[in-house]
Amino acid sequence: MERIYLDNNATTIVDPAVRDAMDPFYCHMYGNPNSLHSYGIEVRPYMHQAMEQLYAGIGARDEDDIIINSCATEGNNTVILGFYFNLLKDTRKKHIVTTQLEHPCIRESCRFLEQHGVKVTYLAPDHDGMITARMVKEALTDHTALVSVMWANNETGLILPIKEISEVCKERGVYLHTDAVQAIGKLKVDLKDVHVDYLTFSAHKFHGPKGIGGLYIRNGASLPPLLHGGEQMGGRRAGTVDVAGMVAMGKAMELANTHLAYENTEVRRLRDKLEDALLKIDDILIVGKRELRTPNTVYVSIRGVEGEALIWDLNQTGIAASTGSACASESLEASPILTAIGADRELAHTGVRLSLSRFTTEQEIDFTIYTINKAVTRLRSFSTSY
Amino acid sequence: MAKADLIGGELWEQYSKKVADRMNNPLNFGELTEANAKEMGGKLVIANEGAESCGDTVRLFWIVDPKTHVIKKATFKSFGCGTAIAATDMMAEMCVGKTVDEAAKMTNLDVEHALRDEVDVAAVPPQKMHCSVMAYEVIKRATSIYRNVDISTLAEPDIVCECARVSLQTVEDAIRINDLKTVEDISDYTKAGAFCKSCIQPGGHEKRDHYLVDILARVRAEMDHERNPDKTMSADFDKLSVVKQIKAIEAVLDEHIRPALAHDGGGIELEDVQPGENGIVNVHVRYQGSCKGCAGSVAGTLTFVEQTLQKNLSDKIRGVVV
Repeated sequence: MERIYLDNNATTIVDPAVRDAMDPFYCHMYGNPNSLHSYGIEVRPYMHQAMEQLYAGIGARDEDDIIINSCATEGNNTVILGFYFNLLKDTRKKHIVTTQLEHPCIRESCRFLEQHGVKVTYLAPDHDGMITARMVKEALTDHTALVSVMWANNETGLILPIKEISEVCKERGVYLHTDAVQAIGKLKVDLKDVHVDYLTFSAHKFHGPKGIGGLYIRNGASLPPLLHGGEQMGGRRAGTVDVAGMVAMGKAMELANTHLAYENTEVRRLRDKLEDALLKIDDILIVGKRELRTPNTVYVSIRGVEGEALIWDLNQTGIAASTGSACASESLEASPILTAIGADRELAHTGVRLSLSRFTTEQEIDFTIYTINKAVTRLRSFSTSY
Repeated sequence: MAKADLIGGELWEQYSKKVADRMNNPLNFGELTEANAKEMGGKLVIANEGAESCGDTVRLFWIVDPKTHVIKKATFKSFGCGTAIAATDMMAEMCVGKTVDEAAKMTNLDVEHALRDEVDVAAVPPQKMHCSVMAYEVIKRATSIYRNVDISTLAEPDIVCECARVSLQTVEDAIRINDLKTVEDISDYTKAGAFCKSCIQPGGHEKRDHYLVDILARVRAEMDHERNPDKTMSADFDKLSVVKQIKAIEAVLDEHIRPALAHDGGGIELEDVQPGENGIVNVHVRYQGSCKGCAGSVAGTLTFVEQTLQKNLSDKIRGVVV
């Protein structure tokens, strides 16, 4: 059975060029970059090159730091927990503003800090599924130390107004963190243009390998390390650097930006084709206007078709997609976005996410359209509500 | 947590073949109508049930012989995941040939067992057990409609764990009778909390009325109080009969003193309880293990024993080493 991968917001295939770039560091260039001998010395130029690619990729300045770590979860935890020791613990600034849309690694870190006396505001999305700069502004108090808002939403693909939010934060002297895992490779992320203090990303979301990520820290925005015990990354993150992963992430970042135009034309065209076909099905709901979404994502609720049941049917024919409402997931609560946009109880439990990549083909989309129609007919045939 | 639990995500791989087959090709789905019922000489029953937490719904159709109360045909419709569809399909099949009363006694555990490929291997992963509960609840609903009684009259006592159908009373009894100290103990003894785990503590899959952590804390507190009256009752300690005093002292020895001494390889036995002057109660103890003959046993250790008994029972207690 041919398989079709439409779960690219969960993870992506490693680009063959990225794989080629990292391969030597598993075979013969395995030296520890901290070593003084030739084995260590020979890998360092590649790490420098990777750093150049990463800095260029997000528009960081030489004065800023990009800490190489294991993933965005580590980066996000470093920022949220680091802030406790940095500012929250010993001053009257004990307030964080974040959103209900964030990844659990933000939400749970914030909940953990709540146990230590930190106040957290979790902004709810509006009826378009969005968080606005005005909402952030209204939530800020004199005690707010940090705002953490994702750049693009993993579920719906909705792009949040980070530039406007950053202006609000700058004006009020509040630090801004953004989780940009869903933005890189889909949008232009240029930190010369948008003033954020901390930004997290993860290579496997843009055709790099799993287990390597990055944390950007703007010059002057301090943050204590999460891992202590070594001088790697200038003392900001101890632990031997995964050289192969770092080189791969640099290459993946470079390629992601090279393919940005393709992502916003061809991938967008295929996504729109899929979306147009979904719109022909009666009683469906697609969240968010197309122009406000990342070019690869469509989040659809189909009345009468339970999300996990649809994913099951798709999987039977080799199509991988994702649902935010699976009753095996951590909570049975409906997606906050679907609740916010006014979906009724049934629709709020039917969300299915289809996310494409630059490796998605037209034939795959055609087959997916055919299969979804078939699955919807089958599942609606024994649905109580259809 | 163990090695097998450290890597997750294999949810569908834990479905039995029967579950997968019934998800792909449910055998009993569809609607039954008054015309069908008339044709079969039976009474049509249609029952709806919905799970508030996950939004799933199920509709059960029965045609029941009004003379024998035997269910002649059963079908369903479902808005739910694979487990919900497969469980409802199997449940509908299991209803056929049973009387309404017999069907009403079926539980989601019976349905899950029927969906197993191998008798010792669960048909669905633990976190999906709760998806089968709706199939069970809709039978109750259908029964109440058929009998024309309020569904509350069919309700079971307070169910703490829907997946394993364990009542509050069963959990409380298990804690008391077996002196259970952890939630894991409760799961081992009763199966409560062993499946979707929503009933263990807040923050799980779905909100529950009772949580095992709260029940455990409450019952343990009650047990402590019964065994070991607290300070508010210490004024009464010297008024207790010697038998009750011995029981209370033994409880404190068990709970607080023996575990501490055992840590250093020692032990202690209660030898006697003797009334002294001015309401003083002399507690005679005999050391065991490494406490026996230890230089500190008549100084620091005795002070610890005496103070612990005083704190928990009465400040009139005096320790005496035999």
